[in-house]
Amino acid sequence: MNAPHDPSSVGAVKAQKSSFDAPLRLKGGAELPSYDIAYETYGELNATKSNAVLVCHALNASHHVAGFYEEDKSNIGWWDNLVGPGKPLDTQRFFVVGSNYIGSCFGSTGPASINPATGKPWGADFPVVTVEDWVEAQARLADRLGIERFAAVIGGSLGAMQALQWSLSYPERVRHSIVIAAAPRLTPQNIAFNEVARQAIMTDPDFHGGHYYDKGVVPTRGLRIARMIGHITYLSGEAMAEKFGRLLRRGVPGFDFDIDFEIESYLRYQGDKFSTYFDANTYLRITKALDYFDPAADFGGNLAAALARAKAAFMVVSFKSDWRFPPPRSRELVHALLDNRRIVSYLEIDAPGGHDAFLLEDPRYHKALAAYFANIEL
Amino acid sequence: MRADLDVIAHWVAPQARVLDLGCGDGRLLRHLWQERQAPGYGVEIDDAAVLECVENDVNVLQVDLESGLSLFADGSFDSVILSETLQTIHRTEFLMREMLRVGREVIVSFPNFGHWSARLQVAFGRMPVSETLPYEWYETPNVHHCTVADFEDLCRRLTVRIRERLVLHAGKPVTFLPNLLGSLAVYRCTAG
Repeated sequence: MNAPHDPSSVGAVKAQKSSFDAPLRLKGGAELPSYDIAYETYGELNATKSNAVLVCHALNASHHVAGFYEEDKSNIGWWDNLVGPGKPLDTQRFFVVGSNYIGSCFGSTGPASINPATGKPWGADFPVVTVEDWVEAQARLADRLGIERFAAVIGGSLGAMQALQWSLSYPERVRHSIVIAAAPRLTPQNIAFNEVARQAIMTDPDFHGGHYYDKGVVPTRGLRIARMIGHITYLSGEAMAEKFGRLLRRGVPGFDFDIDFEIESYLRYQGDKFSTYFDANTYLRITKALDYFDPAADFGGNLAAALARAKAAFMVVSFKSDWRFPPPRSRELVHALLDNRRIVSYLEIDAPGGHDAFLLEDPRYHKALAAYFANIEL
Repeated sequence: MRADLDVIAHWVAPQARVLDLGCGDGRLLRHLWQERQAPGYGVEIDDAAVLECVENDVNVLQVDLESGLSLFADGSFDSVILSETLQTIHRTEFLMREMLRVGREVIVSFPNFGHWSARLQVAFGRMPVSETLPYEWYETPNVHHCTVADFEDLCRRLTVRIRERLVLHAGKPVTFLPNLLGSLAVYRCTAG
């Protein structure tokens, strides 16, 4: 479907990198003396620079939003079904920027990067970063790309938190904030899942307190389990039942501890795959970024007061089968925006995909985003 | 535009803050914004209608009216509109109270079940089907039909004050025997 000749694909793309020497003061108090941001762009920035859209990614994705790499054609961008010529986020009309957050393991400076002070990988010494820090870094990238104001900032899940934070950190620089499958803060239950994932990593004997790079090992077991836990929360019970049912791998119960059910096979496969490409220190940090995100915290828990400074128009989307960030969490956000009389639309899509539905191509969801983008004036 | 929407549009003051419940494709909101600079939000549950709202560039919130108006603060609107939707609501009283909570005034329109043609069809042993009641009994989304007299009874029960009433048939006002000759009723009400 996304073969090179596909006219709705942005085609072959190249990842770019921008280096910043001015230190970045982080919310946690630490300072990054210098850093790189990996990013990709699709489409052309227009003469008035009014057509830029920033796509923020979630937990395990990257700046590779759309298209494919010439040297690895099967490596298709994570939101390729949304971004491209004629797609809902139409690259013939918009200049789309995908940016990789600080602390990542996909190109931007992160725990596996070299700490200039020691000449060795940062490892455990890489600071804990927050959604606010990411927005700060993205703003500097925007400066460098000559984008004073984004037509829209869009993201799902953790990416949606960045889209929201953009409207708070830089109210004048965002015209539309598109917040999908989001929550204005995590519940204790969300944090609990994150903590189990972190404990899986940190109790892995190969973790070495986060300094495993120079030991030549990787806390594979921990990462694997962390990913398995994550996957359980991304899928709805309904989607899992639909996809796997109670199918037995070997046709009959084995009465042993090999794989019996298909769901076990799926989780093991996902865990194994993830542990080969994702960095454990990054995983720890992004789950912390999720846990700490709470714009209302500085306003006595009053989300409406926290959002008073936002000026963007909002499009909020939730999915009924998402139990990680279910619709009531998005409605909290909508409620707070309405209290501030902000321009806001809210869609509650009855899609079965669970939290991951934001990555899928539900026609109601994609048509609405297409219509929304089409109405953004350039 | 539909006859009742035309009446409603005239009743909404310029720059009024509007909430349109069951807003359909958002055409009233769009009209109110363009003609009266009245900003507003629509509430709609139907996927296709919600998409049309987004296409029409009006603020739409996809939530179920039956669960109330908890998204909206007390007194946050000048006018709350419920056009030809009342008869589809299960929790009628509850929604009326909610509308009066969030709005300074409420504007309600509904097909009048007291119209002579409906009465006649019932008299002949059939559920009415007409221009304002276009559904067969087995496919209708309507669950709570009422007449002009019934609605006014409910207003009294809820101590709702009727400020204005316009009963229509074929787009024209009906002043003589409105509950018999009118097929569509539009009310402007306030609390107490």
